[in-house]
Amino acid sequence: MSLSTSMPVRLAGCGKTFADGTRALEPLDLGIAGGETLVLLGPSGCGKTTTLRILAGLEAPDPGGRVLFGEAEVTHLPIEKRNVGMVFQSYALFPNMDVAGNVGYGLRVRRLPEAERRRRVAEVLEMMAISELAHRRIDQLSGGQRQRVALARALAVRPQVLLLDEPLTALDAALRERLRVEIDALLRRLGITAIYVTHDQSEAMALGDRIVVMDRGRVAQVGPPREIYFRPANRFVAEFIGTMNLLRGELRDGRLVLPGGALPLAGSEAADGAAGETEVLFRPEAARICASEAAALVGRVRSAQFLGDRTRLVLDGVARRTVIVEAPGRREFRDGEAVGLTIDPTDLIRLPD
Amino acid sequence: MTRDRTRHLVLLLPLGILTGAFFLLPTARLIAVGASGEAGLAGYLAVLTTPRYFESFVATILLSLGVTAVTLAIATAAGLFLQRNAFPGREVLVALLTFPLAFPGVVVGFMVILLAGRQGVIGGLTDALTGEKLVFAYSMAGLFMGYVYFSIPRVILTVMAAIEKLDPALEEAARSLGAGPWTVLRDVVLPALKPAFLASGAVCFATAMGAFGTAFTLATDIDVLPMTIYTEFVLYANFATAAALSIVLGAITWLALALSRSLAGTTVAAAG
Ligand SMILES: Nc1ncnc2c1ncn2[C@@H]1O[C@H](COP(=O)(O)OP(=O)(O)O)[C@@H](O)[C@H]1O
Ligand SMILES: [Mg+2]
Repeated sequence: MSLSTSMPVRLAGCGKTFADGTRALEPLDLGIAGGETLVLLGPSGCGKTTTLRILAGLEAPDPGGRVLFGEAEVTHLPIEKRNVGMVFQSYALFPNMDVAGNVGYGLRVRRLPEAERRRRVAEVLEMMAISELAHRRIDQLSGGQRQRVALARALAVRPQVLLLDEPLTALDAALRERLRVEIDALLRRLGITAIYVTHDQSEAMALGDRIVVMDRGRVAQVGPPREIYFRPANRFVAEFIGTMNLLRGELRDGRLVLPGGALPLAGSEAADGAAGETEVLFRPEAARICASEAAALVGRVRSAQFLGDRTRLVLDGVARRTVIVEAPGRREFRDGEAVGLTIDPTDLIRLPD
Repeated sequence: MTRDRTRHLVLLLPLGILTGAFFLLPTARLIAVGASGEAGLAGYLAVLTTPRYFESFVATILLSLGVTAVTLAIATAAGLFLQRNAFPGREVLVALLTFPLAFPGVVVGFMVILLAGRQGVIGGLTDALTGEKLVFAYSMAGLFMGYVYFSIPRVILTVMAAIEKLDPALEEAARSLGAGPWTVLRDVVLPALKPAFLASGAVCFATAMGAFGTAFTLATDIDVLPMTIYTEFVLYANFATAAALSIVLGAITWLALALSRSLAGTTVAAAG
């Protein structure tokens, strides 16, 4: 199946204040390229769904906000005229129709001839690998099958834009993983413009061409997954995505002086000749465990958690706060044991002031 | 296992006693009385073949079906509006709509007379406007109006509860697929409310079949079945016929409830 359109989409100055006065969204500018998968990521209540609903046409932005599909302004076009595909967390399948009825509903509303309709339904069912479910009732389907049907239904009408609101949240972990891979492959193959809402960062990393991290109705950062992960723009993003350690200490002779030792910083920062309090961040996997004598920093194991492929260590005494690092799974650690750390200066993250 | 069984039996005991004392025994007696006339068991056949009784049955069933259909339509429209729109005074309006729940049939009949009776509001209004008094309180129309009036609260509460439980995403999904508001109503909302329609419709039908107070107050020229039973029983002391009519009325009503229950797959409680 091919979707000829790769519709670029743009939100311009779209804020949202609800009737009860709730300010769900500060005026937001966001461009989505044709065929791009954009993920809206953030904690519950940060305005992801509201943004998606404005794109869909289920909510109107506050006056002044504009929604553009390609060159056309659709701000005042109701959802049924926007030709968008929607996938909901609750699946929202029609219980009074079977699988084929659900998938073909959009085509029936469009009054496509019966034969054409049947052909298109069969095509989409096959694409989602659920052809054998065509005549099942909805209550005879598992959660994973339901979400496949929901995707098939949204894609059957060949939408200009696909909007997904936490489509995998209701599924168990293993199934979520599998469907995530399937959705990723599907979106890439179809080349459809997609906006995907989730609060799950690994889902966001795996699916997004770009990620929009949102915080209380504002965009905290927009960028490709790697940039979000390795170069967070602010403290919120740094702490929301993955695990992040904070080291705060005195800068002296190009080294950060901490309770557990002195950590060399990268050349540019060291050359500044600057002194005084400063802070750097690092990810657990950036630290290397080594013998105490060879280490820049020394700490004590407060707790060790064996995860199979690696061991997660919580260390005291390195910095003012505990730090979390990862060690190879083979080595065993006792509580209270002294461990040394080195961190490559290029793996240190500094937040813009 | 056996202890569980014993406990369940103990729990059912009060219901058993109640059913035995106040339902099974009188019903059995009623059935017996129904067959105690000159014709014996054929008395049951007679109540269906005698034109006067048969007409009463047909009128009552048609009236109840009509009332059920109109009540469902009004309650659904009002319920959808009330559940979907927030406006000042909404709570008061809901309370007003469910007000008739507290009225006995006599009061409902009285209100119909006040509205459409000889001295009623509508009569006065039409008299002033056209010089001709419109009076329909004592006809089928008056009865119909009264029945719809007291049926609405029972139905509207059930329908509103069902609408509230509807996942809004269902409608949004249908709209995203290109369906306009009326199409969504036809394809998604009404089918989803079917169980509520069956449940509250059956209760509405049963209540209308058995309603007495309103008909009695309006003293209409049409004999609904409960009125016929009353007349046979009190005026003519024709106990056998009254009992036979009662049993057949009960059977029809019970059948309607059972039918809706099997269609909806849920329990329907007869009220009123
Ligand atoms: N219809 C509404 N009326 C009032 N407040 C709302 C409504 N919908 C959402 N909100 C509020 O707007 C904020 C953003 O909500 P939402 O976009 O659903 O967040 P998210 O999807 O990121 O969890 C929340 O504080 C939420 O309570
Ligand atoms: Mg949400």
